[in-house]
Amino acid sequence: MIRWLQKLYYPIQAGHYRLEKHSIGLTLAIIFAAMIGGFVEIAPLFTIDETVEEAPDMRLYTPLEQAGRDIYIREGCYACHSQMIRTLVDEVDRYGAYSLAVESKYDHPMLWGSKRTGPDLARLGGKYSDDWHVAHLIDPRAVVPESVMPHYAFLAQRRLETESLPARLAALGKVGVPYDAAMIENAERDARGQANPDSDDAGGVAERYGEATQIRPFDGDTARLTEMDALVAYLQILGKLTDAASRIETAAIEADMEAAQ
Amino acid sequence: MIAKFTVAERQWSLVLLVLTALAGLAMAALGAGDAMGVHGFIVLIVSLGLIFVVGGGLFAPEPTEDRRRAYYDDPIKLGLVLAMVWAVIGMGVGDWVAWMLAYPEARFDAAWSSFGRVRPVHTTGVIFGFGGNALIATSMHVMQRTSRARMAGQVSPWFVIIGYNLFVVMAVSGYLMGVTQSKEYAEAEWYADIWLVIVWVTYFVLYIRTLARRNEPHIYVANWYYLAFILVVAVLHIINNLAMPASLTAAKSYSLFSGVQDAMTQWWYGHNAVAFFLTAGFLGMLYYYLPKRANRPIYSYRLSILSFWGITFFYIWVGSHHLHYTALPHWVQTLGMTFSVMLLVPSWASAGNALMTLNGAWHKVRDDATLRFMFVAAVFYGLSTFEGSFLAIRPVNSLSHYTDWTVAHVHAGAMGWVALITFGAIYAAVPMIWRRETMYSWKLVEWHFWLALAGTMIYVFAMWNSGIVQGLMWRTYNEAGTLQYSFVDTLVAMHPYYIARAIGGLLFLTGAVVGSYNIWMTIREVGHEAKARDVPTDSEAGEPAVPVAE
Repeated sequence: MIRWLQKLYYPIQAGHYRLEKHSIGLTLAIIFAAMIGGFVEIAPLFTIDETVEEAPDMRLYTPLEQAGRDIYIREGCYACHSQMIRTLVDEVDRYGAYSLAVESKYDHPMLWGSKRTGPDLARLGGKYSDDWHVAHLIDPRAVVPESVMPHYAFLAQRRLETESLPARLAALGKVGVPYDAAMIENAERDARGQANPDSDDAGGVAERYGEATQIRPFDGDTARLTEMDALVAYLQILGKLTDAASRIETAAIEADMEAAQ
Repeated sequence: MIAKFTVAERQWSLVLLVLTALAGLAMAALGAGDAMGVHGFIVLIVSLGLIFVVGGGLFAPEPTEDRRRAYYDDPIKLGLVLAMVWAVIGMGVGDWVAWMLAYPEARFDAAWSSFGRVRPVHTTGVIFGFGGNALIATSMHVMQRTSRARMAGQVSPWFVIIGYNLFVVMAVSGYLMGVTQSKEYAEAEWYADIWLVIVWVTYFVLYIRTLARRNEPHIYVANWYYLAFILVVAVLHIINNLAMPASLTAAKSYSLFSGVQDAMTQWWYGHNAVAFFLTAGFLGMLYYYLPKRANRPIYSYRLSILSFWGITFFYIWVGSHHLHYTALPHWVQTLGMTFSVMLLVPSWASAGNALMTLNGAWHKVRDDATLRFMFVAAVFYGLSTFEGSFLAIRPVNSLSHYTDWTVAHVHAGAMGWVALITFGAIYAAVPMIWRRETMYSWKLVEWHFWLALAGTMIYVFAMWNSGIVQGLMWRTYNEAGTLQYSFVDTLVAMHPYYIARAIGGLLFLTGAVVGSYNIWMTIREVGHEAKARDVPTDSEAGEPAVPVAE
């Protein structure tokens, strides 16, 4: 065995002895050796259909929610909050049904996170009231005394910049999110309308993004469209773009019960 | 600096600087009102300042000596000084955010000072500011000495170092203004990323041209690692940063990939930033400065080959261990776990090769804190690669992931391995490059060593405790079959460990400040030593570039 290995080894060493005299050869060998793994693991994710589940009910982020998502990214919320419930029983008990790939299909970039200094937010939508979110963002320790979260009171004062929303939606369209021309064209109106149900702009939001779209003054004030409106709108949609996860969970529970019978 | 350029090189530098100044002006004008405009001003000011410097020396007499007969160390000096500046900034910010997690009001009442915006300043500051400058500067030292040839370029080394630091400044200042792609360790936005590609290609060309000049038939091991670092980081950086800008006159962009593909690409990048930036590059450092300082040949050439190709081939597979139990397909998780475990073989081959090299020089390890830095770094390299393989096993990861255990692991690697090998290499390199007899104070090197080691131990033990405690609390059920602890309960349990961690970080930072002072005083106060033999020669003429076995 050892002798056999030695026989194998000497030509390798002799080959290497030659290779390390050639800088370009070494360069090509490094690139080749280092690219195999990445290619094998990443390329099939784009081609194998089962990688991302089908969810016909999956809806897009509205312009206001996307603006909120951009604020979430800007403030680095992902550094402390994950958006990925793992397939572990305690996580499902704590946060809800485990996350599916399809749920972040339109997330450019994904915000799965890597550290939970704060809790997971994948299914935060609808768990707390808008008022709770606003109060918590303005002063986290007024709501949760032990919290170490930074306060974001300035969001309630800052006007939401909507002028660039059409361009932002168009860019997302170019990388594969199916925003149509009307959505891009009306992005600013829809952002205003979603936070002001009594205005003329509100009707178009439900028309373009579905009747289930949450249309209300998220920061409690219809007079101004603030960054707080956008961020709370985003937090309230987390986990609610599709019902696929709860459908799969219900089906699994039913299958378990049938098996038990 | 300018006196050593020919007039043609001075003109060429001016052309380059005018081009960057124009680019800065365009960014400042078109991106006005956006963070891009601020970055444009930074580029413009840096370019104008350098135009002033180069223009001031434009008509100075040309150098008369034959430049090829001497090594070119001036750009290295700038790189090493900047590495120490970034060390103090990056570690200082790191300790600040550590205190913020224990006392959330320990900040300014301004948006820029929240944890989420400051934390990437710490990670980018230490990894790319401190680590990157140290890697580029030492690689320029090592490539010349092991090739016995002067660097192949007079202007390009300056372009690489200054351009690289401009990237880090744009990245870090961007985070404070809220400019981020949110991809960890790749947060900088699209125009900064494009700039880094230009700098990086120049760096590669400089490296390969210097190797082509070499007076040694063989390319020494350290250069294999530096080459792998340069090449693979380029590929990772380009692919992970593919994005669509919302506007060409603003910073915001959207990743080309989404969801599960984006997650896999990000952690393929993220873990190979660990592999090829924080491991391969620093192994290059180790393979030169450790045998030099110990005056012992590398223990085994075969182990060097095994570990180099093992690391290059295995590492690239392991990124998916960051995504265990997630929506990433199971087969990719399994591949990542398998290769992570196999990776232990080449990792320990490297660590073992380094430690065995010290056989016969252990008295030097005892007496010389510089060599001891490198020795302890190799030990931490072995320990944290073992821990890494362990944490990549799926059931172990179910406990450790999302907790401070990961933070402990990263810092055992970053402080114990990366920073300690860097400090050792810098203490070895500074007297060589500035041609000084010795460091200003060996006692301060000792102080730095013990501060750094104590800081690392306190930090890592605190985070091990908090991570395992939190992981266990999250999964504890009571007798009724419901979860025992709320999330806030676990947060309260973390508090004492967060204070301990911040104290450990403070010790480590103090060490870096002591080291910076020592380096500064070495440059200012210690007398010159003429090292006659430290010049490019063909291999028969001089002593070997690194110690060789008899």
